[in-house]
This record gives sequence, C-alpha cells and structure tokens, in this order.
Amino acid sequence: MKIAVLIKQVPDTEEPRKLAASGHLDRNEAELIADEITERALEVALKVKDGDKKTEIIAVTLGPGSATDALRKALSLGADSAMHIQDESLAGSDAVSTARALAEALRKIDADAILAGGESTDGRGGVVPAMVAELLGLPFAGPLAAVDFEGSKVTGQRPVAGGNQQVSVGLPAVLTVTESVGEARFPKFKGIMTAKRKPINAEDAASLGLTVDHATGNRVLSSAVRPPRSSGQIIQDEGDAVQRLIAYLESEQLI
Amino acid sequence: MTDILIHVEISPDGTPASNTGHLLALARGLGRPVAVAAVGPDDGAVPLGQALGALGAQVCFIAQTEAATNTIAGGGTEALQAALERFDASTVLCASTPDGREVLARLAIRTDARLLLEAQTLRLAGEQLIASHSVFGGNYTTESTLGSSLALVTVASSGTQPPAAIDAPEIIIETLAVNETGCSLQDFTQAQSRAERPELRGAQIVVSGGRGLASQENFSLIEDLADSLKAGLGASRAAVDAGYVEQSHQVGQTGVSVSPQLYLAVGISGAIQHLAGMQTAKRIVAINRDENAPIFSIADFGIVGDLFQILPQLTEQIQAKRSVSAG
Ligand SMILES: Cc1cc2nc3c(=O)[nH]c(=O)nc-3n(C[C@H](O)[C@H](O)[C@H](O)COP(=O)(O)OP(=O)(O)OC[C@H]3O[C@@H](n4cnc5c(N)ncnc54)[C@H](O)[C@@H]3O)c2cc1C
Repeated sequence: MKIAVLIKQVPDTEEPRKLAASGHLDRNEAELIADEITERALEVALKVKDGDKKTEIIAVTLGPGSATDALRKALSLGADSAMHIQDESLAGSDAVSTARALAEALRKIDADAILAGGESTDGRGGVVPAMVAELLGLPFAGPLAAVDFEGSKVTGQRPVAGGNQQVSVGLPAVLTVTESVGEARFPKFKGIMTAKRKPINAEDAASLGLTVDHATGNRVLSSAVRPPRSSGQIIQDEGDAVQRLIAYLESEQLI
Repeated sequence: MTDILIHVEISPDGTPASNTGHLLALARGLGRPVAVAAVGPDDGAVPLGQALGALGAQVCFIAQTEAATNTIAGGGTEALQAALERFDASTVLCASTPDGREVLARLAIRTDARLLLEAQTLRLAGEQLIASHSVFGGNYTTESTLGSSLALVTVASSGTQPPAAIDAPEIIIETLAVNETGCSLQDFTQAQSRAERPELRGAQIVVSGGRGLASQENFSLIEDLADSLKAGLGASRAAVDAGYVEQSHQVGQTGVSVSPQLYLAVGISGAIQHLAGMQTAKRIVAINRDENAPIFSIADFGIVGDLFQILPQLTEQIQAKRSVSAG
C-alpha cells in the first residue's frame, strides 16, 4: 500500500497572524509550521504503517523553500520520502492552480490513497483535495472523523448537519480528515536523525508540465484590520454577581 | 438579469437544508435565483420545488438520479452542469458544508471556472462580483474578486431571512444519468439534540462551556443555561476532546465561527484559537474563576467566580424572568 499525504505549511495559530498590504499572508512576520490537521492526516497513514510495515508513505507539499521544514517534520514522524513542489510562478496560487500542481505530482506517485486535512487553518477553503480527486478521476471521501482501512476499501464516519454518515469508498481514492481522527504522535530522536537521510524529491512547474494562469484566479481587492476589543467591566463574585450580570444583560437589551 | 444558481442540499427528511433561505437571499441581491437540487427518482420533486419557491426561488431545476440516494453529494455536480447549459448563469452559490465544497470543487475543474471561497457577503460592482471574507479568525476583513466570467462561491455566512415567497415557481424536472463510482452512503445516524435549540451558526445568543465544566454530566449546566436563553450551544476544543459534547458544537479556529449578539463563555480560558471563532460577537460575557484568564481581556462583562455557584442561579433567574414576561 502506498499512501501520499498532503502537508501544508501555515502560520502558527498560537501567534497573532498578519496580512501584508497585498492581502496575502505576511510570511516575514509569521512563525510557519506544518498545519496540525495535515499532521493528523499523516497520523492516520502512520497507523496503517504501524499495522503493516510494507506501507510506503510519501509526504507531498506545494510551497516555498521554507516548506522543507514541514516535510522534514513529516519524515521525522515516519514518512518514507517526500515530494516538494516549488516554483516562483506557483507563488500565490489559488485553489484551482494548487490542485492542478498537486494532481500532476500525485500522478507521478500513483498512490493507493491520498490523505489530506479537511480544511487548513489559514485559508479554510476545504476544496483542494476534492479538486485533486476530480483531476485524477478518483472518488473522494471527506472530511472523515474516523477512517478505517480494510483491504482495498476505506470506511469512515462523515459528520454532516444533523448527524453522521457512515461511508465506504474503494481505493484508490482521495480522503480528508477532521481533527476528530485524533492527535498526531511526537517525533522521536531516532526519527529526527533518520529523517535527515530520507529523500525529498523536487518538482517544479516545468517538470510537472504546468502553465499557471493567475489572471482568472482570485484577486484580493482590499483588506481591513478589525479594531482590537478592549475589556469591559470585570467583577468578583461576592454573592451578587448573578444579579449584576442580569442587570447588565437587561441594560444592553440582550434578554 | 443574470441567473444565480444555488446548490440546494436536502436534509434527511427531504426538505431543503436550513440555510437555503440565506443562499436565496444572497442570490436575490445579485440576479434571478435558480435553485438546483439532485434528488432520488422516487423523491417528491414537485413538493420540493414548492418548498424552494416558499423560500424565494423563482425557478427550480430538479435533477432526478439514483446517485442522490446512495452516494455522497451524488448528482450535485452533474445537476449544476446541466443547469449551466440551460440557464445563462454568472454565479453558482453553495454553503460551506462538506457536500457544498465537494460539489463546487468538482464543478470548478469540470467547467474551468474559479472560486470565491468562504464568502461572508456578496455584492456587484457593475458586472463584477465582489465577496467579503473574514480572515484569520476575524482579525481581518478582505474583499476579493475573480478574473473569470463564471464565479463559483462557497458561502460561510448564514442566518439571513429568506426573500419573499414565490407562489408558483417554475419547476423543471429532469432525469440525469450519473456515473456512481464515488463514495457510497452506507448508513446515517441522527445526532441527538433538543429539537427546539437554534443552530449554533447563526444563533443570536451562544452559550459555550469549556474544560472548567470538568465532566460530561456537569456540561448539562451549560445546556440548561443555553435553553433558558433559547441560545445555540457551543464548546471549547478541550471540552470536545474530553467528550463533554459533540464536535459539531466546537467554536474556534477549527470549529464553527459565530458572530452572535451575545456570547457567553463559561469555564473557557480564552486561547487564541478559541477567540478566532467568537471574537466578532457583539457582546462577550465570561465566567471564569481565574482573574488572569485571557478571555477577560476581550469580555464586555466578566465574573471572576466559581461557575458551579453561578450557573444554577443564573439559569433559574432567567427562567423566572421568561415565565413572568410570558405570563
Ligand atoms: C491548530 C489548533 C486549533 C485549535 N482549535 C481550537 C478551536 O477551534 N476551539 C477551541 O476552543 N480551541 C482550539 N484549540 C485549542 C486551544 O488552544 C485551547 O487548548 C482550548 O481552547 C482550551 O479550552 P478551554 O478554555 O476549555 O480549556 P482550558 O484552557 O483548560 O481552560 C479552562 C478554564 O476553566 C476555568 N475554570 C476551571 N474550573 C472553573 C470553575 N469551577 N469555575 C469557573 N472557571 C473555571 C479555568 O480557570 C480555565 O481558565 C486549537 C489548538 C490548536 C493548536
């Protein structure tokens, strides 16, 4: 079994994130890390590998040079190799251009399963993996809150409004996960050392046969910062707090 | 006037999903709303069309296909493709749900169109469609547009009242052949919830509980307060991870984003990822026993105290007020 996992490098959510004047992420200001949800997707693949050592895991990313760090992290956690798509002309790609680049890279890998996060913490668009599925002519299942690999098929739980769907999909397929699949493991010292020797294969627009069309894509017109909130009236509960809260809610016509 | 196609999702009971009215209201501001749905061959297409008319759809294009009954998002993309051939549409709208996103993602590739993702509001500047977005947990509001002629839009907002009902909408029913090699639906388990509780996204008041509730049984204190205020039920990720409440109630960076009139955070510290889902609320009230909890720095009204003392009294007094004003 060969599993490709899509890894995305994003600004750390622990710090306030900033937009540059262009309306795009200010990469100079940000601490960049592998998005937690993509590490959880990798964890699903690693569990398959825990059960069957012959499983091969390839971490794939599209991003600038700095994104190598996210791939090294994936390798230290147990991925066998990585593929890094990097090209000036791909900078600022929208969802469709990103999906096209990833799909061409994934064609070369020819995996049995492609795993990804259901939505990233920066863009939150949640459409790229389904586009990849469409481009590769594969079924898509996601986002899944539980994923079970059973031979040539995968079953899972898909939370939707009002309940949970139990779904089943034949491999090869593109699968995405929600954070309910569980936390990712931590890298071990040995993993960090061996990661340095694992291959990261480089691809670019030419090697993937891509011509990027930024003109029809998404264009940011303006961006405005929300004014900071300030704190209001903070009281100690001395037995009358409920009374005072109700008075506040009434004065604001909230109840 | 240009046609605006809306991808309608169907609830398990066969009715249009709850924010269909919101999508139709957005569409009405841009052109002539055309509701597009895929249903099973035996599902009542005419009653569905009438229900969509009641929500303001002028035209309903209903595709009947087996795929709608047994595959995930089955027939949704094909129905929109067929509608695009029939109508002169500039825009396709869907909700930012799992089905909506998959359908529009596939449609973008099939029609070589581009997407506006996670739109809050939509407006026209001449012929140009402009979407606003809430970025980085509400820290920024941006506007964006596309260079392509057909715009596919995933809508992140909700809650607008549907436009005026159309008494006799035009209903077009077509049988569609769909290749069913996708992801199949095996079963559906309905979530347990109190039926009269408003949906979290779009609720006027949201009451959320965190790790401070300390157990699943205690979390009912939050549910009782929410119900006394007719509020949506929210939670922090720590409360979800601890199993106090289902993940669909999670507010924050990786949960639901809410913007209610009043947000009540109880036993929640106010981590940056939690704030990312609620800091655009009009008023924020926090109850926490730690006076240094970060939630207080953005609260309009805060109580430093023990939630186990405060919640039962608060719920009781609100219930008493409600019954007085009702009687
Ligand atoms: C990538 C990523 C995404 C995340 N996404 C989200 C998200 O979507 N939503 C989210 O909420 N978090 C999210 N988090 C997690 C977030 O960082 C925090 O861990 C989480 O919000 C903490 O939840 P909490 O406030 O309930 O718990 P804690 O931080 O443990 O706070 C509990 C609070 O309860 C108070 N308390 C305890 N007992 C009482 C009492 N008897 N009376 C009054 N107060 C009491 C304590 O003083 C404390 O402030 C995310 C984290 C990451 C890394």
